[in-house]
Amino acid sequence: MTEAADLASSYDLVVIGGGPAGLAAAALAARAGVSTVLFDENPGVGGQIYRGITSTPITNRGVLGEDYWAGAALAAEAKASGALIVTGATVWSLDPSLQVGVAIAGRARLVQAKRVIVATGSLERPFPIPGWTLPGVMTAGAAQTALKAQGLVPKGHTVVAGAGPLLWLLAAQLLRGGAKIEAILDTAPRLNWLRAVAHLPDFALSAYWSKGLALLREVKAKAPVIRIANLEALGDDQVREVAFDGRRLPADLLLLHQGVVPNVNLAMAAGIEHRWNARQLCFEPVLDEDFGSSVPGIAVAGDGAGIAGGTAAAERGRIAAIAAMRALRPEAAVADTQAIRQKLQREEMGRAFLDWLYRPADALRQPVGETLACRCEEVTAQQVRDMARIGCEGPNQMKAFLRCGMGPCQGRLCGLTITELIAAERDSTPAEVGYYRLRPPVKPITLAELASLPIAEAERKAVER
Amino acid sequence: MFRRLGDTGATLTLTVDGKEIRARIGDTVAAAMLAAGIGRFRTTPVSGAARAPYCMMGVCFDCLVTIDGIGSRQACLVPVREGMAIETQQGKREAGR
Repeated sequence: MTEAADLASSYDLVVIGGGPAGLAAAALAARAGVSTVLFDENPGVGGQIYRGITSTPITNRGVLGEDYWAGAALAAEAKASGALIVTGATVWSLDPSLQVGVAIAGRARLVQAKRVIVATGSLERPFPIPGWTLPGVMTAGAAQTALKAQGLVPKGHTVVAGAGPLLWLLAAQLLRGGAKIEAILDTAPRLNWLRAVAHLPDFALSAYWSKGLALLREVKAKAPVIRIANLEALGDDQVREVAFDGRRLPADLLLLHQGVVPNVNLAMAAGIEHRWNARQLCFEPVLDEDFGSSVPGIAVAGDGAGIAGGTAAAERGRIAAIAAMRALRPEAAVADTQAIRQKLQREEMGRAFLDWLYRPADALRQPVGETLACRCEEVTAQQVRDMARIGCEGPNQMKAFLRCGMGPCQGRLCGLTITELIAAERDSTPAEVGYYRLRPPVKPITLAELASLPIAEAERKAVER
Repeated sequence: MFRRLGDTGATLTLTVDGKEIRARIGDTVAAAMLAAGIGRFRTTPVSGAARAPYCMMGVCFDCLVTIDGIGSRQACLVPVREGMAIETQQGKREAGR
């Protein structure tokens, strides 16, 4: 196990996040002789898509599917590349001078990088419905994580609700794992087809067309699918029922999902310029063709650069790594990126269709009344709407008024909701309203961790009296 | 809410609020607690409402527990160790802890 004290004070390349983008980037750079460290806060590499890839207790390969096991090669490649891979390493800051703050096993260090690749991936879009904070209400991704990493399968009454490719994949995996799904509540608005259909030809050419159809058939054969327009989780200290369109179903576990969005916290705190993506309904970094950001030396690869999926993430990581290698070793011969770009283009082909088809309904993104918008500080949608109506113009002012976004999740679970609610109430757009101003530390660290930072004699003298 | 699929491998023991539970090596604290049937990890400092893991990937912070005396740790990111002492958190953390 690598500890904080084992780290060098500087590396040519620091990769943050050990999913497909980070693993592919680190492997390529380290193999070319670039001194590379990869930090990931989880106990193992793989990110969310290949979660537990080196340690999963699931031996029946069919349960998770071959697309999951493809991650094993990526992990092995990174391990063999000579890159230093540090798991259990929480990156809590990154600044424009390319200094990376990391905490490992209770001790913190600042590491200087010459280049940084942020590969912090995505998280599931907020799904603010009444009762979404009740124990027993989880994201589909949470159940998938528990299945991949620990071999846990839901028991009792399990209801899956939402929209998006991951929802169907999770349902298939749970069913193969022996779970019983009471119902799949499909929230994708029927009218989405009108905008999706124009992109069907591209999607039909992508690898996801046949895979997706097979998945839908598999799930629909084993679980009832009900198209719904509204949804509520009911219970006192635990979810007991789900209510929708005047009906009720018993539920011990409600798994929610309405797409994934870039996990922007570290990139935004580093000062990287972001913009609103109106098709994917989220903020994403402004990047050049090598995934370089507005901050010189920092690239953002993988789904953190805009949602495109796990296979595309690895290709993006490779392109960012090659750009870093070119900058670090101008004299060395570096692989051409053309073949990688072609692969990436093929991967991205079907995305527009999926984005439009599974675009979450406005009502499930912009809650009303007593529904909690901010889970941490328990701020309701009504409070946010009222405040916007009396003149609050943006998320940062909203923080000062209501404390939304100021709890431990640092806005990860409410940021998009707050932006969209303000835009809706003020007849504005999310692009104009903007997002929370994020600052380091982007993950909580203890005072003891901060105090463990090495201090040079000159630094000590500077504050001594 | 959850059961284990197939072979569960080597196990170890930890305590949650003083009560022993068995966990599998490779579990995170959150996974071990869910597998043991623990459906409440903390109550919120604002209203005292019960919370349990929502995301299992380190972004929602609803799985915060006290681990070996250090409060507000993300249970979904910390691997289990033999003898670990977990405490669920009730409302506001008491000063001085």
